Amino acid sequence: MEFHTLSSPHTQRPNRVDRIMLQVALALLPGTAALTFYFGWGVLVNVVLAIVSALVFEALAIRLRKRPVMPVLLDLSAVVTAMLFAVAIPPLLPWWQVVLGMAFAIIMVKQMYGGLGYNPFNPAMAAYVLLLVSYPVEMTSWLPPAMLAEHTLTLPQILTFKFTGSLPADLTLDAITMATPLDEMRTSLDLNRMISEIRLSPLWGDFGGLGWEWVGNWFLLGGVWMLYKRTITWQIPLAFLAGLVGMAALFWLFDAERYPSPLFHLFSGGAILCAFFIATDPVTACTTRAGQLIYGGAMGVLVYIIRTWGGYPEAVAFAVLMMNMAAPSIDYYTRPRTYGHGEVNRE
Amino acid sequence: MSDNSYPNLIIDGLWRNNQALVALLGLCPLLAVSNTAVNGLGLGLATTLVLVASNSTVSLIRNFVRPEVRLPVFVLVIASFVTAIELGMNAFFHELHKILGIFIPLIVTNCIIIGRAEAFASKSNLRHSLVDGLSIGIGFTLVLLTLGGMRELVGQGTLFDQAHLMFGEAARGVSLKIEDFPGMLIAILPPGAFIGLGLLIMVKNLIDKRLAARAAAKAGYAEEVQGLAG
Repeated sequence: MEFHTLSSPHTQRPNRVDRIMLQVALALLPGTAALTFYFGWGVLVNVVLAIVSALVFEALAIRLRKRPVMPVLLDLSAVVTAMLFAVAIPPLLPWWQVVLGMAFAIIMVKQMYGGLGYNPFNPAMAAYVLLLVSYPVEMTSWLPPAMLAEHTLTLPQILTFKFTGSLPADLTLDAITMATPLDEMRTSLDLNRMISEIRLSPLWGDFGGLGWEWVGNWFLLGGVWMLYKRTITWQIPLAFLAGLVGMAALFWLFDAERYPSPLFHLFSGGAILCAFFIATDPVTACTTRAGQLIYGGAMGVLVYIIRTWGGYPEAVAFAVLMMNMAAPSIDYYTRPRTYGHGEVNRE
Repeated sequence: MSDNSYPNLIIDGLWRNNQALVALLGLCPLLAVSNTAVNGLGLGLATTLVLVASNSTVSLIRNFVRPEVRLPVFVLVIASFVTAIELGMNAFFHELHKILGIFIPLIVTNCIIIGRAEAFASKSNLRHSLVDGLSIGIGFTLVLLTLGGMRELVGQGTLFDQAHLMFGEAARGVSLKIEDFPGMLIAILPPGAFIGLGLLIMVKNLIDKRLAARAAAKAGYAEEVQGLAG
């Protein structure tokens, strides 16, 4: 029997995993569309390929664990993992690397630890790091944004390249790929060039990388919508952005010719995507409010440190994995006091 | 556990009490050197030699060493054997010795060796200690070899690459190579060692579980096991 209350207390619709995951997936759409607009059909091919293989591997793993398959597939968590992974990898990545990444993410990182809710690491980012460490060349060959591209590949050409590795006869891989803005900034800075000089390159837009800044804006839109819907809370994204911007601003004010501006850091790579979609993963993030502030803030600082002084130009995946490791300890030390009880008993 | 019959000692060392897969001892060399099958085999054999020698020596002197000073004495015995074997490898397998590098002298600190000296050899007679050292050593070597082979195969698409370093020029033909295999660099790097060891332990536990289930079924508890599994 349904019981409608006309005055308070109103019952709220309960949160369910599949509803939250659906909201996350929807919120990812504008950014994914923007990415496709600037970097071509390869992005969409990646998304489809990743989602299909993630569902197949999830079904396989669940069957091996002798659990009912359909409820797990329908909670959409594998779809969200696949989408996050697909928007993080280069559009021209060979098909088998996409499949391999999803196999690792779903089977090893998620199901081997007990499935959704038990995985200590973010599956999408673990798969990204696996591929980045194993296949650095393919994982750093990005396409230039559409308005800079001299040759735009058609969908059949992209599919041919992704599945057979062969390009149209008159093109080489070097001719169609280009360094990402973060990569470009890093190599130029290593050559002791000034930022005002580096910024003359056509790779830059108004405040970040050309094209990238708009991808970031569309992801930001999705993130704000999730905040409005209360799919995520404000603590982690805000702390992450504050950590990254704080560090960037500190060094930028110190020497604006050697350290890029905070806006560049926000809008040239995966920072926005990380702040709203990856860092806020409810399974691998901190759960206490104070802990979430520390978690997000430290992650932002780590992203800046690894980008500026580390071995890789993009640092989001590494920062996420490191903070995933720290999350249980942060939760342990930030447990709130129970109302009516004394000090927190940390045994 | 205190059953010192030879079959029992051998099964313990190779499988049931495998020091790498069950006790998780000696992980430092196990994870660091198992990037190719030949490296793994080389270090495993060196460790086995040290283990057999130290186990027998400790067993022989067990009645003369006072318990207060037994650990320093054991370490001294082990260090002497390791030094001898290191010099021997440097002389006869110079290239392999260069690859294994610091991990040969570090056999001294391998917990398996002092562990067996303390837990087994100092309480058992010579023959038992000898068999124990041999089976524990071979068990460790097999894990190193398997892990090394796995990582080499996945990481660079070869098996027994550089086998000539160990077995001489005649063994060059032993090396296998998969043509056009892109390799997965992470398997060669340290994370690959941890993931690989985890998978090996998983396989061992799986086999043990199957064996236990089969034994239980034989003993007539088939229905009960079904109930537990379901």
